[in-house]
Amino acid sequence: MTTTTLAKQPAPTAPAGTVSYAARIDHVSKSFGRPGAQQHVLDDISIDVAPGEFVCLLGASGCGKSTLLNLVAGLDAPSSGGIETPGGRPALMFQEHALFPWLTGGRNIELALRLRGVPRAERRAEAERLLELVRLGGAYGKRVHELSGGMRQRVAMARALAQDSQLLLMDEPFAALDAITRDVLHDELTRIWSAANDSASGTGGLSVLFVTHNVREAVRLAQRVVLLSSRPGRIAREWQVDIPQPRRIEDAAVADLSVEITEQLRGEIRRHGQH
Amino acid sequence: MASTETKAQSAAAQTTAQDGATAEGPAAGAATRATAAGDTTHDLAGLEAGLDALESTVVARQPWLRTIASKTFPPLIAIALVLGLWQLAYHLQLKPHYLLPSPFDVARSVQEKWLQGTLLGYVWTSISRGALGFLASVAIGTVLGLVVARVKVVRAALGPILSGLQSLPSVAWVPAAIIWFGLSDATIYAVVLLGAVPSIANGLVAGVDQISPLYLRAGRTIGATGLAGVRHVLLPAALPGYIAGLKQGWAFSWRSLMAAELIVNAPDLGTGLGQMLEQGRETGDMSWVLSAILLILIVGIGIELLIFAPIERRVLRSRGLLVKS
Repeated sequence: MTTTTLAKQPAPTAPAGTVSYAARIDHVSKSFGRPGAQQHVLDDISIDVAPGEFVCLLGASGCGKSTLLNLVAGLDAPSSGGIETPGGRPALMFQEHALFPWLTGGRNIELALRLRGVPRAERRAEAERLLELVRLGGAYGKRVHELSGGMRQRVAMARALAQDSQLLLMDEPFAALDAITRDVLHDELTRIWSAANDSASGTGGLSVLFVTHNVREAVRLAQRVVLLSSRPGRIAREWQVDIPQPRRIEDAAVADLSVEITEQLRGEIRRHGQH
Repeated sequence: MASTETKAQSAAAQTTAQDGATAEGPAAGAATRATAAGDTTHDLAGLEAGLDALESTVVARQPWLRTIASKTFPPLIAIALVLGLWQLAYHLQLKPHYLLPSPFDVARSVQEKWLQGTLLGYVWTSISRGALGFLASVAIGTVLGLVVARVKVVRAALGPILSGLQSLPSVAWVPAAIIWFGLSDATIYAVVLLGAVPSIANGLVAGVDQISPLYLRAGRTIGATGLAGVRHVLLPAALPGYIAGLKQGWAFSWRSLMAAELIVNAPDLGTGLGQMLEQGRETGDMSWVLSAILLILIVGIGIELLIFAPIERRVLRSRGLLVKS
C-alpha cells in the first residue's frame, strides 16, 4: 500500500513541456547567529514539489520546518543553496489566521486581489466566488472578530487562494483548531486542492507544501510525507502515500502508515536525549 | 512507556484493518468508498454550516437609550455634587464673595457676555486657532512619526528628543516664540505646534511599534511591500495608537493655545478664551475669570467627546477590541 522512497522520484503529475516542479529546494542550509556561535537550523535540504503535488513536511520541534517555509515564501534568504518557485510568489497561510482586523472578510480577500492587480470592477465578484469556494458565502461583510476560528482559517485560505499562486505554503494552519473543526478543514482543503488540479477546472493547478508536527494530519492530507530530523533539520526519510483520496483521518490505512512514521519520528527524537 | 503505547496502537490499527478486509472484502470496500466520495461534498457542506452556526456568537448591543443613560447620569451627578459643594462654600462665606462668587454669579457673568454678543466670537476665535494649529500638527506629526518609526537612524537620533519634548510644558516656548515672532498669530501657532507635534508623532510611533509582526508578514506575502505596505497594512494597523496620539495631540494643542493666548495679548489679535481670561484678571472680576476657565474646560472636553471619542470607539469596535465581558 505504501512505498518508501529514499531517492527523489520524478514528478508524477508533471504536464509535458512545462517546468517539472512548482518549487525546487536545492541543497538549502540555514544558520542563524553570528559567525563562531552559529546555530545550524537547516542542513542540506533538497525537495522538489511537483506541479499539483501535495507534500507534507513533518518534524518535531526544532527541525526548522517553519524556517524552511519562510525561505520558500521569500521572507528570508538561505545561508547556502537555492530556492526556485517558477510560478511566482507563493501564497502562505499561518497557524494564526493573520487576517487584517480592520477589514471585513471580503475586503481582506479584495486587498489580496488588488495587490495582485485585479481591476476594481472584478474584485467584488471574485472575492464572493472565493468565499463561496470555502463555503462562506455570507461572510463577505463580517468582521474578522465576528467569525469563529474555523471560519477565520477558511477566509485566510480564500485570501491565500486569491493570490492565484500555483504554490500554497501552509505553516501548521490547523494546529490551533479543535479536532472536529480541523477534521472538517482537512476535507475542505483536500476538496479544494483536488478541484484545482482537476484538468477540467481550467486553473494552472495547485501544489501544496504543508508543514505540521501531526503525523496523522500529514498522512491524511499528503501524497508525499517528508520527515525532517531536528537540530539541524535534515531529511530523515520520505514516504509516498498511495491511499486514495478522499481519506479519513480514522481510516485503517492512514493509521497504519501513521504508526510507522510515528515510530521513525520517535526514533529521531530519542537520538537527542542520548547526548 | 512510549514504546508500549506505540505497540498497542499499532496492534489496534492492524486489527481494524483485518476486520475491514474480512468483513467486506476489497471490492466492497472500494464500492463503499466511491459512494462515500459522492456524499462527502454534501455532508461536508452541512457539517460546516452546522459548525459555523454553533461557533458563531451574536453579540447583542445594548439599546442606545440605556447606553446614553448609563454614560450620562454618573458625570451629571458628579457635576451636581461639585456645584452643590461650591454653593455651600459660598453660603458659608469661606472666602469673601468677591473672591469666591457663587455658581449663579458665574452663570450671570456668562449670560452677560452672551447678551453682549461677544462670547461666541471669543469661543470661535480660540476653536478656529486650535483647529488650524491641530491640523498643521497632524500633518507634520504624521510624517515625522512615520519616518521616526520606520527609519532606524532617524529613530536613534530623534526618538529620545521627541519623548523628551513631550514632558516640556509648551508654555516654556512662549517667551522664545515672542522674541522670534513678536506679539502675533505666528507666536500662538508656533507654541501650539511645539506642543502638539511631539505627542502626535509619538502616538504614531507607539502605534507602529505595537503592530503584530504577523500582519507585516501576512502583508508581505500578499504583496503589500513598499508604499502599498505602508498604506494597506502599516497605517491601518497602527490606527488605534495613532488615534490615541491624535487625542493627546488635541489636548496638547488646546492647552498650548490657552497658554499662548494668555500671554500673547495684543489689541490687533482677535480675542480668544485665553485673552478673555487675562482680561478678567486685569479687571479683578472673579466671576469673569471663573466663567472663562469653565468655557475653556467645556470646549476641550466637548471636542474630545464629540469628535475623538466616537472615532476611537468606532475603530476599536470594528476590530473587536471593545467587546464587553
